[in-house]
Amino acid sequence: MSLIELREATAGYNGHKILHDVSLSIRQGERVALVGRSGAGKSTLLRLFYERVKGDAALVPQDFGLVKALSVFHNIYIGRLNKHSVWRNLANLVKPLQSEVDGIRPVAARLGLEEKLFDSVGTLSGGQQQRTAVGRALYQQETILLGDEPVSSVDEHQARTILESIADSKKTVILAMHDTALALEYSDRVVALRDGRVVFDETCDGMTPADLKPIYGG
Amino acid sequence: MEAVWRSSPTVRTSLIFLAVALACLAVADIAITTVHPWTEMGRLVAGIFTPNFFATENLGMALVLTVAFAILGVAIGNFLGFLLALVFHSRVVRVGCAFVRAVHELFWALIFLQIFGLSPLTGILAIAIPYAGIIAKVYAEILEEADKRPLQAVPAGSSRASVFLFVRLPDVWAHFKNYSMYRLECGLRSSAVLGFVGLPTLGFYLETAFRQGQYSEVSALLILFYVIIASMRVWMKKPLLPVYILISLLVLPWGAAKIDSANIVRFFTQDIVPHPIRTAETIDGEALAALWRWFEHLLVGQAIPGAIDTLLLTMIALVASGMLALAFFPLISPLFYGRFGRSAGHVFLVVVRSTPEYILAYIFLQLWGPSMLPAIVALALHNGAIIGHLVGRYTEEMKLRSDASHGLNLYAYEVTPRLYGQLLAFLFYRWEVILRETAILGILGIATLGFYIDSAFADIRPDRALFLILLTALLNIGVDALSRAIRARLHLRTTIEQG
Repeated sequence: MSLIELREATAGYNGHKILHDVSLSIRQGERVALVGRSGAGKSTLLRLFYERVKGDAALVPQDFGLVKALSVFHNIYIGRLNKHSVWRNLANLVKPLQSEVDGIRPVAARLGLEEKLFDSVGTLSGGQQQRTAVGRALYQQETILLGDEPVSSVDEHQARTILESIADSKKTVILAMHDTALALEYSDRVVALRDGRVVFDETCDGMTPADLKPIYGG
Repeated sequence: MEAVWRSSPTVRTSLIFLAVALACLAVADIAITTVHPWTEMGRLVAGIFTPNFFATENLGMALVLTVAFAILGVAIGNFLGFLLALVFHSRVVRVGCAFVRAVHELFWALIFLQIFGLSPLTGILAIAIPYAGIIAKVYAEILEEADKRPLQAVPAGSSRASVFLFVRLPDVWAHFKNYSMYRLECGLRSSAVLGFVGLPTLGFYLETAFRQGQYSEVSALLILFYVIIASMRVWMKKPLLPVYILISLLVLPWGAAKIDSANIVRFFTQDIVPHPIRTAETIDGEALAALWRWFEHLLVGQAIPGAIDTLLLTMIALVASGMLALAFFPLISPLFYGRFGRSAGHVFLVVVRSTPEYILAYIFLQLWGPSMLPAIVALALHNGAIIGHLVGRYTEEMKLRSDASHGLNLYAYEVTPRLYGQLLAFLFYRWEVILRETAILGILGIATLGFYIDSAFADIRPDRALFLILLTALLNIGVDALSRAIRARLHLRTTIEQG
């Protein structure tokens, strides 16, 4: 059964076309990697997906979309802002509620942020901020996770931690990725873009980064 | 082809303003009319250096009440301003705020005096209402400029209130806090000046001491006032705010005047209605003709001459402020002075900018007699010090190449060209502030709009006073629009505004 369906979709900004006639269908539970050179249209395609499934999807934007003045705890909590009443949210903002701390601590711990839980995000490194943004998306109770380069600011070891925890979440996942080796390792399917068109769409089984070389115009 | 030298739009604008100011100066009355201006000045200076902190037992109370009015006025204004900022997209709110902030605190005080008499409510509202208008605008701008990127990652279906609390508010909170502190400093100055219209704050005692020539007492009052302002960040702590508010409520003299509801009704239904309409039995042709004469008399006899003098004084003071700011900023800049010299510069600028223009003008007026000169000097010193301070601080972050020149060459070739745009932005921003202040200085006897407004109130003609206040507000809104147009044209921007 297909969860998201794009048919000959086009998109662009200010009359400047970025995506041309993209047709894609994403099934439930699939883990899809979008690859391609920068400017190929990965972010635009991701945005298009997000618009389609907004109510059911969590997003890790390229710029993280974190509230710098708030702590890691509060930023992750934002992922479930829609699940509680304003009063409970307000109470938790003034002083973290124990039940919420208990719920969020494991998410932060898995991403190596436990010690930073109550530090404000503005004081963290780029990699820690990125992990906080992923934490927020994981904590969000939606069945789809969309990520725009969610491992761009971390080293390979941390990238694996992030990608593993995303994979373990059992969500339908669509990630724009730069690193083709990691993309192949943690996805079931690779969609490659070039100049705003889908040029490649295959399952990952047995594929190596070398197979993707031509897409980058090697 | 040979390149032709052409001045930049910034320089051209500056030259036009300079020419306008010189033309204004040519027709303005700047005579010194007192017989012995310099002997009196000598006595004042002598008094300044021999402060007497025990001259009167009222000194402590004057300061406590000055702080109490400021805290309550600013707290209420801050709260209202915050709420209004949330609905600032509404045109009605924007226009309403522009209007209430175009009327100076002292004019508000004169209006409320008619309604509530010398009740503390007069002083509190006189600060709270215009401040709410200013704060609403500034907070709305801060919210507008806040980081909006986190909004895209908020889960769909979150309530607007939750999103505001978690995503919008945390980013702007620090700015709000900073701005509130700045407003409190302004509030202390406003509160001090309210004493000149009879409320029991600093200005009241200052005026009395001046009349009696007690310059040592003047000096003590001012020194304590500077200490309160300079130490604000020490005593103003968030957890203490409720305590301060409570104490302020308790110390204010609530028994000073009884609030009479009949008074309030009378003010709105009778006092402010133009006299010919109020006294006419029916609104017929005769009443309308009388109304027209009332209007004509006010316009030709008071509004137009008052507006002309207000604008003359504003233009001279504006340009003089800019020139003084250019002279003042190096005093606190590490590019020009060492640690010791800078400390002296800081003390000088703090003293000059902490003294309200009104008090400076009052002092110079006592020395030199009534003309535009005391007002020009007071406005230029105060505003020059504020802008000089802001621009001077800006030079602290300026990175110069290590082989940059020194002294006057450094000033003229490296530093001033880099900060001139910023300086002009602050100056044009203060244009409206200077105009508002110029109008108010009329209360001291200089023939600006405030003079006619004060006289109308004194003659128990609130209908005329209100008409003139409305006109002053419109003039203010006009100048504000012009200043915004010029800033936009020259691409001048200040960082968060400095009120």
